[in-house]
Amino acid sequence: MPSSERIHSDAVDGRGNADLLSKVCLSSFLGWKIIRFILTLRGLGAFALITLGVLFSRFAVARRLIHPLMVREISRAGLRLLPMFLFLSVALGFLVIGQSVAVLARVGAINYLGTIMVVVVVRELGPLLAALLVLARVGTANVVELGTARALGEVEALEALAIDPIHYFVVPRVVGLAAGVFALTVYLILGALVSGYFWAFLQDVPLLPGDYFRQLAAALSGLDFLLLTCKACFFGFIIAIVTCYHGLAQPLRLEEVSHATVRAVAQSVVACVLLDVLFILIYLLV
Amino acid sequence: MDGPIATTAPALELRAMSVRSRQHPGCAGIRNINWKVAPGDFWVVGGMIGADRSDLLMLAGGLLAPECGEQFFFGGPMPLFEEANLAQRLRLGFVFQGGQLLNQLTLAENIALPLRYHKDVSAAEAEADVRWLLELTGLSRWADRSPGEVSVDSCQRAGLARALILKPDVLFMDNPLAGLDAPQRHWWRQFLAGLADGPEWRQGRPMTLLATGEDLRLWCGCARQFAILKESSFVPLGTWAEAQFAAVEFLSEPVFGLGGQEGSY
Repeated sequence: MPSSERIHSDAVDGRGNADLLSKVCLSSFLGWKIIRFILTLRGLGAFALITLGVLFSRFAVARRLIHPLMVREISRAGLRLLPMFLFLSVALGFLVIGQSVAVLARVGAINYLGTIMVVVVVRELGPLLAALLVLARVGTANVVELGTARALGEVEALEALAIDPIHYFVVPRVVGLAAGVFALTVYLILGALVSGYFWAFLQDVPLLPGDYFRQLAAALSGLDFLLLTCKACFFGFIIAIVTCYHGLAQPLRLEEVSHATVRAVAQSVVACVLLDVLFILIYLLV
Repeated sequence: MDGPIATTAPALELRAMSVRSRQHPGCAGIRNINWKVAPGDFWVVGGMIGADRSDLLMLAGGLLAPECGEQFFFGGPMPLFEEANLAQRLRLGFVFQGGQLLNQLTLAENIALPLRYHKDVSAAEAEADVRWLLELTGLSRWADRSPGEVSVDSCQRAGLARALILKPDVLFMDNPLAGLDAPQRHWWRQFLAGLADGPEWRQGRPMTLLATGEDLRLWCGCARQFAILKESSFVPLGTWAEAQFAAVEFLSEPVFGLGGQEGSY
């Protein structure tokens, strides 16, 4: 029996009212979820396109005000996080190499150490980890700052001054986060590769520095550099767009800022992971 | 810019305009607004809390889309946010209740912001203008403080300085006397009267001023034209004397201090 008929028959019987109610509630809940997802996706897409439009069309407008803001955002999303990233890069190198050396030594495949570092650190963990850490440190601050600015009427004040809020608030953050995530990804990968060799050395792996870096160079291709650059910049762009969208693009009250922050973080993580999957597909197809 | 601007044209004209309430979207808002503001006029619109005073001001300043009606600015169409109309748009200045400053910036940086954005000047190049406005508004001591570190009055004055830095021809002020003590109110009244008379830095040209307030008595002897918002309608009353003479029925309104809000300041 088709489910709709069964629901109808249950309802007529008067036996399955509770079941019917739960099914209707579930479908209604799922329906709303899907509609909200589509609306959010549409909103994010529109916001991203508007931001890109403003970024390129107004790049030369108010340079002496906006460009220093971009530099400040690059510093905030990049330079200031460098100490934490250096620590993490050392830890990441130790973790990956520490585990790998033990396994590779057991199967006599120690010559694949460089390849493993490239596949795990350069292609996957490095960019994703950098993006998630920047999201935690800078993305959340973005939502709180912009959400508070929105709730306190700063956006209306900018509009009254004929200043484009996207240009003033969002464009510097987009540039700063894209550049910051890219730079930190590079530092994280370099640190992990160097510390990885150091860890291998401590474990008495018979591998000279020259051999290790030859392994790395052999495993790397031009496509790696291209996709790494694209991936890191896209991660930064996505984090900036999602966090700015939730902070700025809709009217907020102060008490809603925390909810907006949680939503922005969750959606940013999902978006970054989906983008990562897309890049894996590109690797596999090319 | 949209062609030459006729000097005899009203600074601002609203014809049969209506606006929906932002705070209470289900409510009527203000209907059928007909308002002509001559250059150099000093209008104060009274209305109690919830009368959508801010909405009227934002509508008049082109910040809020109307439901219907027409709007003119010095005889031309109201300049909105198109790049081509920017020069006209910058003839409008806004002072929000409480200043609505950017909290990440200091008072001096807030004041410099419109100049730096629209004239593309560095902070050093904007410094002379900022210092002049800080002195004019008595904020020099607090120049390097952020809005959270100074009183509401100082924020309000910084909002005024920020609106004046581009030397607008028409200044909109949302309830600028709200929450001020008597000396502060006196300063504001004196300062705005000076703007309306034509200050030296405008070569004696009067500035067109439009303000809102809860208690019209506070503006007696300072503003020149009065209006009130009553039951979703905009009611122009004329001068203070005309308002008292012509509209006895409105004298029972709280905005004249005879209702329930008397002595709220």
